[in-house]
Amino acid sequence: MNDRRLESIIGRLLQTGVLLAAAVVISGGALYLIQHHSDRVDYRAFAPGSQDLRTLPGIVRSAAQFHSEGLIQIGLLLLIATPVARVAMAIAGFALERDRLYTFVSLIVLLILAFSLMHAT
Amino acid sequence: MTAWEFTAVVWVLSVAAGFLGALTGLGGGVVVVPALSLALGVNIKYAIGASLVSVIATSSGAAAAYVREGYSNIRIGMFLEIATTLGAIVGALLAGRIGTHALAIIFGLVLIQAAYHSFKGAPGDGLPAESDALARRLRFGSSYPIDGKRQPYGVRNVRTGLGLMFGAGALSGLLGIGSGAVKVIAMDRAMRIPFKVSTTTSNFMIGVTAAASAGIYLSRGFIDPRIAMPVMLGVLCGALLGAKVLVHAPVRTLRAVFAIVILALALEMIVNGIMGRV
Repeated sequence: MNDRRLESIIGRLLQTGVLLAAAVVISGGALYLIQHHSDRVDYRAFAPGSQDLRTLPGIVRSAAQFHSEGLIQIGLLLLIATPVARVAMAIAGFALERDRLYTFVSLIVLLILAFSLMHAT
Repeated sequence: MTAWEFTAVVWVLSVAAGFLGALTGLGGGVVVVPALSLALGVNIKYAIGASLVSVIATSSGAAAAYVREGYSNIRIGMFLEIATTLGAIVGALLAGRIGTHALAIIFGLVLIQAAYHSFKGAPGDGLPAESDALARRLRFGSSYPIDGKRQPYGVRNVRTGLGLMFGAGALSGLLGIGSGAVKVIAMDRAMRIPFKVSTTTSNFMIGVTAAASAGIYLSRGFIDPRIAMPVMLGVLCGALLGAKVLVHAPVRTLRAVFAIVILALALEMIVNGIMGRV
C-alpha cells in the first residue's frame, strides 16, 4: 500500500458514491418535475418547511413513501456523506501504510466532522 | 416562473458554477449565491443552503477525477484542515461580537492584492522548491504529473500556512463565505506548493469544511430540495468538465481565471461591507 494506490482506491469509491447520490437526486427530481412542472414557484420568502425534510428520520420516512422531495433529500444526504467517507477511508489507508502521524491527524479531522454533524441534529 | 423553467435556468447557471469552482479550487458558491439571490430573487437562506450543496458537489465531483490523476496532496489537506476547522469555530464564536462591515471591506482589499499577485505568478513558479525542516518532518513533499512525467515538489513555511488556514477558517465563520480563496492563496504563495496541487488540495478541503456545517443548514431548513436538486446536478456536470480541463490547461491560464474570480469575490465583499449586508 502506498500513497498513489491509496488515492486511486479512494478516487474510485468516491466516484461510486457521487454517481449513486446523483442517480437518487435525478429520480427524485424527475418525479418532482412530472408532478409539479407547471406550478408557479416563488422563493422570495423563507419558510423552514416541514420536519419531514429537515431531520434524518423525517427524510427517510418521506423517501420511503416515494415523495419526490424526500428522495432528493436522500440523494443530498448521500452527497454530504462523501467527504466524510473520504476522511474515513484516508484513516484506514494511512493505518495500512503504518503511518501513525497521519492516521492520528485524519482521525482528529473525522472526530471534528462527527462532532459538528451530531451537534446539529 | 414555473417549476420547470426555474429548474432549467438554475441547472445551466450551476454548470458554470461547478466548472469555475473545480478549475479554481474555490467551490461553486462564488457563483451560486449571487446567481440565485440577485438574479432569481431566491431568499438568501435558501441560496446559502444551495451554495453549501454546490461546494460539496464541486469538491467530490472534481475529486473523483483529480485523485486518479494524482494532483491533490491528502497529507497537506488533512493537516491544514485541522487549522481551518479550529479557525471556523473561533470565527463562529466571535460572530456578532466584532463589526463585520469593516472586516468585509478589509478582506476585499486583501483579495484584490492577492488577485494581482496571483495574476503575476508566484516567485518560485516552475522551480521545484526544497522542503524546509518542518515540511520534511511532516512528509509534505510529493510529486505531481506534468507533461506525462511526475515532477517532485517541496513545501515551505508550514507555520505561516497553518496561521493563514486558521485565519481562512475564522473569516469563513465570521463572514459566512467559503474559505477556498484564502486556502489556495496560502498554499500557493506562502507554502510554495505548485498551483495545480494547491487548487486541487483546496478542493478536497472545502468539501470537508462544508460537510461539517451541512447538519446545521439541513436542520434549519436552508436546504430546499426543489432548489438544491438542479444546483447539485448542474454543479456535478460542471465540476467533471472543469476537472478534465484543469489537467490539460496551462498554469498561466488557470492563474488568470483564478485572479478574475477572486477579484469578483473581492468586489462583492466590499460592496456588501459598504451596504451593510454582512
